[in-house]
Amino acid sequence: MPHNILVVGELEDGAPSSTTLELLGGAQGIAGGGTVSVTLLGTGASGAAAQAAGAAKAYVNDSAEYDTFRGEQWLPAVQAAVEQSGADLVLMAQSTAGRELGPRLAHRVNSAVAMDCVNVVDNGGTIEATRPAYGGNAQATYTFAASPAIATVRAKSFDAAEGAGASETAELPGPGESRVNVTGKEVTESEGLSITEAPIVIGGGRGLGAPEGFEDMKNLAAAIGKDKAAVGASRAAVDLGWFPPSEQIGLTGKVVTPDLYFAIAISGASQHMAGCSGSKMIVAVNRDKDANIFAFSKYGIVGDWKQVVPALIEEFKKG
Amino acid sequence: MHIVVCAKQIPDPETPPAAFKIDAATNKVVPAQGIAPVLSQFDGIAAEAALRIKEASGDAKVTVISMGGESAQAAIKQVLAMGADEGVLLNDPAFEDGDSHTTAKVLAAAIKDLGDVDAVFCGRQAADWDMGQVGLLIAENLEWPVTIIAKGVGLEGSTLKVERVLGDGFEKTEVPLPAVVTVSNEFGEPRYPKLPQIMAAAKKTVTKKTAADLGLDPSEVGKAGARLQLQKLFIPEKGAQVEFIEGETPQEQAANLIAKLKADKAI
Repeated sequence: MPHNILVVGELEDGAPSSTTLELLGGAQGIAGGGTVSVTLLGTGASGAAAQAAGAAKAYVNDSAEYDTFRGEQWLPAVQAAVEQSGADLVLMAQSTAGRELGPRLAHRVNSAVAMDCVNVVDNGGTIEATRPAYGGNAQATYTFAASPAIATVRAKSFDAAEGAGASETAELPGPGESRVNVTGKEVTESEGLSITEAPIVIGGGRGLGAPEGFEDMKNLAAAIGKDKAAVGASRAAVDLGWFPPSEQIGLTGKVVTPDLYFAIAISGASQHMAGCSGSKMIVAVNRDKDANIFAFSKYGIVGDWKQVVPALIEEFKKG
Repeated sequence: MHIVVCAKQIPDPETPPAAFKIDAATNKVVPAQGIAPVLSQFDGIAAEAALRIKEASGDAKVTVISMGGESAQAAIKQVLAMGADEGVLLNDPAFEDGDSHTTAKVLAAAIKDLGDVDAVFCGRQAADWDMGQVGLLIAENLEWPVTIIAKGVGLEGSTLKVERVLGDGFEKTEVPLPAVVTVSNEFGEPRYPKLPQIMAAAKKTVTKKTAADLGLDPSEVGKAGARLQLQKLFIPEKGAQVEFIEGETPQEQAANLIAKLKADKAI
């Protein structure tokens, strides 16, 4: 059945973000002959429309006030695009913007949203959204008793769209007032590749025993290649102050979906697995052969990371 | 200043994965034997944030509200023991099996019913369904401003100063009262009530309210009013059986692992 789908896009340096392109890729797969459109708000939005691969139409507004996300300002614009596009499915990222827009938009259009979905499909004409629940112990599949169906989608759930961008644009209203006043922002600088982008991620846990263990994790990343690997940490290690919160992998930290995830001295608590179980392959090093992490791993080494990691570094250096 | 804390009782998220079971016929989690349900951890942190404002301002009142069965009294009592003044239990069979939208509708009606509320503090998400919707939807129902995923909350006059967590750092916001704030684990640990406080909490008032008490029609709440419909709850496949890498020494194991990864074209 054809579905008209609206993707709520986000801009990064004046271009559609990588997650926006993934949502457009997902939308292409579900649309079945329906129209895919995209909203783009902020500096460069009109120009970015042509780069929004997979979208036939872009709803845009170039106001720089949209560059900082404020829910009260974005909502009327996105709602206008929902109404103009006649969408029966709205997709957005599980991002700072999507986390807030999803529920509030659902309320305003008298519908519902499924948050943090890992899959959205058309099953015989009905939109079904699947998402992890209970800290990743379970998955839940939902349908919608109202229209449009709305889903926020976890990064890397869909392959990015390719091809031509939107050939048609329509202007959305400019920003109104926001009762929430943003007075400042502090960006945490991370070294090298970000854990959400790196094809290989090394996660260190409480089992490292001391903050110095993360130096070994960084050395392993360097041996694999600084252009390939990044280091993150479990919540337990972050709560101990061993690694910055911005590099936390898990339910309330970052969700990483690399091709390869090395879990070093991580037990595999479900809230951690919620942040890494989307990895294409997990390899674990742990002293306890019964550790939960091995239930998710393709390969495991039972042993002391203090001996295994230096050996891995040596092997990677050989090339 | 009157702050409402929304509290939810959930199955203990620390339940070992082996004890986590689903009843496929009802799409519900089977309570693990011998593991008591707990206050959702983020709600405990929201309570901590509210209580710190109460202590700093001197004359604030904190009311804890929970929607749930009789057992949810335990979650209310825990927040009362932490230092909240009064509790409200929203208890009606009509409230059961709803979605975020119906839950928020009931909570918002209860907050309106209290009459003089200045702020609502919720956890960033309930640690069972992990949706993160209810705080935002309470704000939409009440038409109040909202800011989510706070790591710091302070009160200055009639403005909340909220520091919130973003994907790449932190943002400072100012929100005029009345307002809704959702609080994240970056805020810090909630206080742990001591025995005298637990004893005192037993004497504090918990008022019960039904749909009728709040002027809600049973058709607009719970399962009858839900728009998001759970079709299937299941335990996902965990992928292939783990293959433990053999080797006499760590060096051998490392070399064998890397040979496997190369054969799989994973590196």
